[in-house]
Order: sequence, then C-alpha cells, then structure tokens
Amino acid sequence: MVATPSEVMTIVAARMLREATVCFVGIGIPSKAANLARLTHAPNAVLIYESGTIGTRPSVLPLSIGDGELAMTADTVVSTSEVFSYWLQGGRVEVGFLGAAQVDRYANLNSTVIGNYKSPKVRLPGAGGAPEIAAQAKETLIIINHDRRKLVEKVDFITSAGYLDGGDSRERAGLKTGGPTAVITDLCVLRPESLTRELVVTQLHPGITRQMVAEATGWEVRFAEDLIETEVPSDVELSTLRELERQTILAHSNEAADRTPFIRTDPTEEVARP
Amino acid sequence: MSNLSSLPDAIRSHVHDGDCVALEGFTHLIPFAAGHEIIRQEKRALTLVRMTPDVIFDQMIGMGCAKRLVFSWGGNPGVGSLHRLRDAVEKNFPHPIEIDERSHAAMTVSYTAAAAGLPCGILRGFLGSDLAAHNPNIKFIDCPFTGERLAAVPAIRPDVAIIHAQRADRAGNVHLWGIVGVQKEIALAAKKVIVTVEQIVDDLNAPSNACVLPAWVVTAVCHVPGGAAPSYAHGYYDRDNSFYLAWDEVSRDRQNFQRWMRANVMDGMPINGDA
Repeated sequence: MVATPSEVMTIVAARMLREATVCFVGIGIPSKAANLARLTHAPNAVLIYESGTIGTRPSVLPLSIGDGELAMTADTVVSTSEVFSYWLQGGRVEVGFLGAAQVDRYANLNSTVIGNYKSPKVRLPGAGGAPEIAAQAKETLIIINHDRRKLVEKVDFITSAGYLDGGDSRERAGLKTGGPTAVITDLCVLRPESLTRELVVTQLHPGITRQMVAEATGWEVRFAEDLIETEVPSDVELSTLRELERQTILAHSNEAADRTPFIRTDPTEEVARP
Repeated sequence: MSNLSSLPDAIRSHVHDGDCVALEGFTHLIPFAAGHEIIRQEKRALTLVRMTPDVIFDQMIGMGCAKRLVFSWGGNPGVGSLHRLRDAVEKNFPHPIEIDERSHAAMTVSYTAAAAGLPCGILRGFLGSDLAAHNPNIKFIDCPFTGERLAAVPAIRPDVAIIHAQRADRAGNVHLWGIVGVQKEIALAAKKVIVTVEQIVDDLNAPSNACVLPAWVVTAVCHVPGGAAPSYAHGYYDRDNSFYLAWDEVSRDRQNFQRWMRANVMDGMPINGDA
C-alpha cells in the first residue's frame, strides 16, 4: 500500500499524539488524526471537542463539531461554557490540534480574513475556539496543506498566537503555555527553532525533496541540520485510516438514505443514561 | 398561567425591529423554525447573536433581517463558507452589516456574565491575537490580586433569546439534553426567552441534575416538532448533513438563494413586493 500525501500528513500528525494524552480536537483533519491515534498506538488518548464532549470515542468521524455520535460515545457532555472555562482554561488540556487558512514563519495562525479586516478580500469563518486553544493548551500541533498561499511570511491577521515576532515575544505578550511544537503538512514537518522560534523543516515525507518544500513555502524556509525522513506509513496505520474513512462515508450515506426526520425514540431512555 | 403559545404569536409579540436577538444551539438543537418565522414576519435591523451563525443566520442575513452580527465562528460546519454572510461582509449585500467578532470562549463568558448579572466577563484570552485591536468590545484588565493581564468582554444581554429543546410539560417547564451548548446560559442572560420544543409531555421525569428551564423563566413555549431541522434533536432525528452540503450551492448565488427562500420559507409570499 502506498499512502497519498494527505494520508501521510494525517498519519504523521496521529503519531505525535502520545498515549493517554488529553487532546482538544478541531474538526476535519485534526479530528481524523486524533481518532487514528486512538485506534492505533494511543487507545487511552482523551479527546475533547469544543461542543463539550469529553473523552469521546466516535466509531466514525463527525462531520460537524457537535454530531450526536460525539455525545453518545463521550465519558461526559458538559456545556460549551464549561468546556472552555473548567477544562481548557483550567489547564486540563495537554495538546491542542489546530488547522487554519494560513500559518506564518513564527507559527501564528489566521482563520479570520485574507486581506484587510475592514474590507476583506476573503472573509474566513473566524476564530471559533482557536485563540484560547492556542493560548491555553500546554502545546499545540498545527495541520495544514502545504502551499505558498497557506505557509506565508506573515499572516494577514493573527487569529491565534504562535510565536508572534519570534524570539521571546510570545512570553513577553504574557502567554504562559508552550505554543506550537510542530506544523505538519502534506510535504514535511516544521518545528520552531529553539531561540529564534522560526519554523524550520525537520522532517521530509517520503519522496519529497528540499526543493519541493522551498517552492511551496512563502518564505525562505530553512532546513534543520539533522533533517530526517518520515518513516513510511505502516500497513496497519494506512489500513486503519482507510477503514475509518470508509466507515465514515458509509455511516453518513446511510444516514442520508434512511432519513426519516421525525421518528421518535423514547426520550426517557436517553435521560436515564448515567 | 401557561406560557404555551403558537410560534407566529410568540415571534409577533416578543421580537421587534431593532431588537438584540440570540438564537443558540451548538450544531445541535438550532432553532431553525423560529428563525424562519422571523424571516416571514420581515423583522428588520436586528442585532443577531450566535456563537456559530450556521445556515440559519446565513438565511436571516441574506433576507435582510440583520443590522449587526455578534459571533465567533461563521462557517458552514463540515462544508466551508456561509455565502450570504460573506456577501454581506465582503460586498455589503443586501446591505452593510456591522460585526462584533469574539472567540467561542469569549462568547460563553459574555453569556455567563449576563446570566450572573455582571457587566462583563473575564477570561485568559486574546493575548497576541489581532482580534482585540479590531474589536472595541475586547479589552484588557489587570487582576487586582495577582496583576495578571486578563481579557474582558461586555455581558451580552439579549432582548430575546430563542432556543429549541426536546420537551416541555404542559406547565411550560423545558428539558433539553445531549450537547446542551450554551442554551441555559443564554436563556438566563436574556430579558425574554422563547423555546420551541419537539414534544409536549405530561411529566418531564427529569433527573435532578438535568438541564431544565423552569416555566417561570421562559416567556413562551411553542410546540414545533422538527423545529431544529436541518440540524438535529438528540433522541428525535439526525442532522441532515446532505442539506448542509446542498446549502453551499443554493446560497452561493443571490438569485438562487432568493428563489429557494421563497419556495421553502416564505411559502410563495413575495419578498418586499418583488414577486
């Protein structure tokens, strides 16, 4: 089996999630990677979604952050205000898994606007939970497709702080947590250099050259001296990922086929869940 | 006295032009039917409040109900953009719209502050983010005890909060479960509360720690089965994911959108005399 670039990105992101880590998960590729980790090397990873579902173990990937599947398979479901205050701001989250429209050389994230804020060229969805995840999780992992419009010298708008202007500017701004530890793309992995905090390429995916990465990056990207090559995805990783995706498509297309909107189950049964 | 009412009556009596109106429900239990009734009654110049505007605010904005939008994530969940929201912000169509943009955490803090009767809420947030520089409703204060720099946002106290729930009893007590989002918070933050429900039952039989809104804090309860569709009601029906996907195409084009709204929401009624 040969993995596609997107599959490599998901698998590499999944590998970074340690067993039993408490992880705050965004929808999309972060959610896919976190669940892949849970189904492979990290069965006890605790996944928290901002819809208030804590310790959730979805059998298929949710299409939205508030899918019923997340609630039904969670250890507990709390209000949205509680998930942000007690669980995230309270310091319970070790890893935040984030995506964005743009990331810059100091790992700042933009999910707000392309162009000027007052009269934007493109109005993006906005912050959601990201600014506080970036500020309050002990570390963050960023997942993004690699191209020059996405990996830019400077983001048009800092929605979520990475290392700001580099150096110790994150600490000077009053941010107390570690910040982004890796940016995982479909070409490579970038990590912040220890003093400058500039993202440098530390790992190339199989078959990817330095030139390919340089051409797809919006700044003059540097490569670590001890640059390594990504381990080829194993058959287990790849088959687990593909099975998860297959089950997800199947479940969601069955839902559409079986759409009988007003069939009622016995609500008392739901309420009685411990 | 019972707070049971028809939905058109509740909207007519309690939602007025220029009001600040919050419709909450985090992906789950989104009060679509109530939003559609507001559109049909052609309410105007509303300040619309929702963490995730979702398709319901896309429709309300596209139909000209909104003057101002307070929100934190304005996408079509799992799909992409909200095209009517983008058209309003990027191209001022159908008219310019002011935005007050916060983060999810800041929105929840604004609601809990209002519910607790406080003028503002505080959180450890927005440090290093450009949002504070562009929104005068995000400020910083120093903790009087530790000196830590904290963000402050004003309480959001809507004229009316509208939510959808699974059940109410005949006295108008409301019970919801599953992903409960910020519904309790926004209900207690608002001056008036309208709740649409799937079912009216004789006895809620709610466990003692359940999310229950007693009848005396709810202004009106309306029996509207299916009132959250195409979002979902846990225990009643699933989210119509195919609708959310289809909305991308329907809403991309102004005329397409208008046609769809006429056929599916306005019930063939002309919009602003333009048949």
